[in-house]
Amino acid sequence: MTVGIIELLTIFALAAFVGNEVISKVPSVLHTPLMSGSNAIHGIVLVGTMVVLADAHGPAELILGFLAVLLASLNVVGGFVVTDRMLEMFKAKPDPRPARSEAQAPDAGAAGGSATTPGGPQP
Amino acid sequence: MSFSTVDFTLADGRDLVYLLVAIGFILALKGLSSPRGARRGNLIGAGAALVAIAMTFTDPAMRDHVAGVSHGLNLALMLIAMALGAVIAVPAARKVKMTAMPQMVAIFNGVGGGAAALVSITEFLKFPHGSVAVYKIFEVIFGVVVGCVSFSGSAIAFAKLQELMTGRPVTYPGQQAINAFVGAAIAALVVATLVTASVPILVVVLVLGLVLGVIFVLPIGGADVPVLISLLNSFTGLAVAASGFTLGSNLLIVAGTLVGASGILLTRMMSKAMGRSLPNILFSAFGSVITAASATGGDDRPVKSGTPDDIGVLLAYARKVAIVPGYGLAVAQAQHVARELADTLAARGVEVYYAIHPVAGRMPGHMNVLLAEANVPYDQLKEMEQANPEMPTTDVALVVGANDTVNPAAKTTPGSPIYGMPIVNVDQAGAVIFLKRSMRPGFAGIDNELLYDPKTTMLFGDAKDSLQKLVAAVESA
Repeated sequence: MTVGIIELLTIFALAAFVGNEVISKVPSVLHTPLMSGSNAIHGIVLVGTMVVLADAHGPAELILGFLAVLLASLNVVGGFVVTDRMLEMFKAKPDPRPARSEAQAPDAGAAGGSATTPGGPQP
Repeated sequence: MSFSTVDFTLADGRDLVYLLVAIGFILALKGLSSPRGARRGNLIGAGAALVAIAMTFTDPAMRDHVAGVSHGLNLALMLIAMALGAVIAVPAARKVKMTAMPQMVAIFNGVGGGAAALVSITEFLKFPHGSVAVYKIFEVIFGVVVGCVSFSGSAIAFAKLQELMTGRPVTYPGQQAINAFVGAAIAALVVATLVTASVPILVVVLVLGLVLGVIFVLPIGGADVPVLISLLNSFTGLAVAASGFTLGSNLLIVAGTLVGASGILLTRMMSKAMGRSLPNILFSAFGSVITAASATGGDDRPVKSGTPDDIGVLLAYARKVAIVPGYGLAVAQAQHVARELADTLAARGVEVYYAIHPVAGRMPGHMNVLLAEANVPYDQLKEMEQANPEMPTTDVALVVGANDTVNPAAKTTPGSPIYGMPIVNVDQAGAVIFLKRSMRPGFAGIDNELLYDPKTTMLFGDAKDSLQKLVAAVESA
């Protein structure tokens, strides 16, 4: 698979414009999840690390390839999971009903551990 | 290399799937930039990544017989590394406290940069000697240097946010000279690598790349660190694109470039939300030291500090109270107690709302996540633009661990580092209460005149402790 440098540069240039266009208007509330989500997307370098490790020769390349696959797996898996957790918190938000804690408590409990508040007098 | 007809079909099919994956990533980014589509966008991205990974197992590299390569061992190592990565990352990402999200993102970003650098350098080791085009070496060097900067820079950013080291800008004598020296050394060695294609020289470049990441991040402190992480995220994208060039992988080029380009735009949007320019954030360490030094001059003026009981009474008999959360609330994990205080006040008939600055907390939008976690009722959350018109009719503004985001200097003092940044106008409320650890200035390192205002009362201490005392005081008032 030998692809010419010009073809690759073409793809690079077009992708750069798409990257710039696609997130033109982001509300500041979503800056953090968007950063985290795009962080997960570059974790796709895992695909490259897999190919590198697959045809690694000798101990040096094997060790480097192994480390690369490990680091990239952390990036891609952790990235998507952590973004999903952030966005999980937003799920209740767009619901304009003044939902008090009863309605939301089971949700928060499922989201993880100590999210349900201890006590606190209910209005 | 000779392909049979079957191989061609499979290779074409694989490239087609990679194209669909790339489109999936574009849709994921588009979804993530609107509140409605955010979660679905992330799931599209994750699904696309999964498809790409599964498809890669059909890559010829997985089965071609090359002399001296035992594929069984390589595949076993690959599966072990992937399983290990998942086993470490999933619990870490699921259990991390909401307040620690930013440093988690920093770590995942850093390892991605490290992976890209490793891909580039390992491919370099595989290059046949003496017959490599200069641009191929350049792609490798770019991937190695940018990936390393992202790796070590993210590590320092993590240490700052995790408070393993000071969060303030770190400056030292001769900083500029050292930076210039490292920069020049890298430039010289890059040229040397391009000419000689020497592995040892590239290793030195790699080490200097790591050093560059450290010295680049050290002078950036406090509230600017999240913007920095966004920039490093963009760097990792570019490093991944570079390794895509080296491997001839369209998918890596598209995904890496998407993140690189959108990351730079996002970084600029973040700094704009803070009322700063990106160069100002990245290179203003020396300036901020000067302002911090001149700010300490005003410390002798008297400030009024109150007891929890006094303040509890003030709150309990107010008509309308605004809670203005900031970084200190995030650090003290006080979002649940803040909600408890709000509920206690609401139970007494006080109208309570939260006034949220776009960059309150540790990252833009972070405070909304924290308060959502504490199940704060949606109708009590007000973005800064909705909250500011309410301020003149608000009796008490309770500022919990915020400083720069309520500093009137942003409106009144041209030349201040935060001048022009939109703020929550707590100075227009009837009374202002600051829950703060100390009189120390905020991250911008500048004094806040509002602390010395006659209508301001200070309650010193950890935000969570102070709020708990206030809950008790309001209940007994």
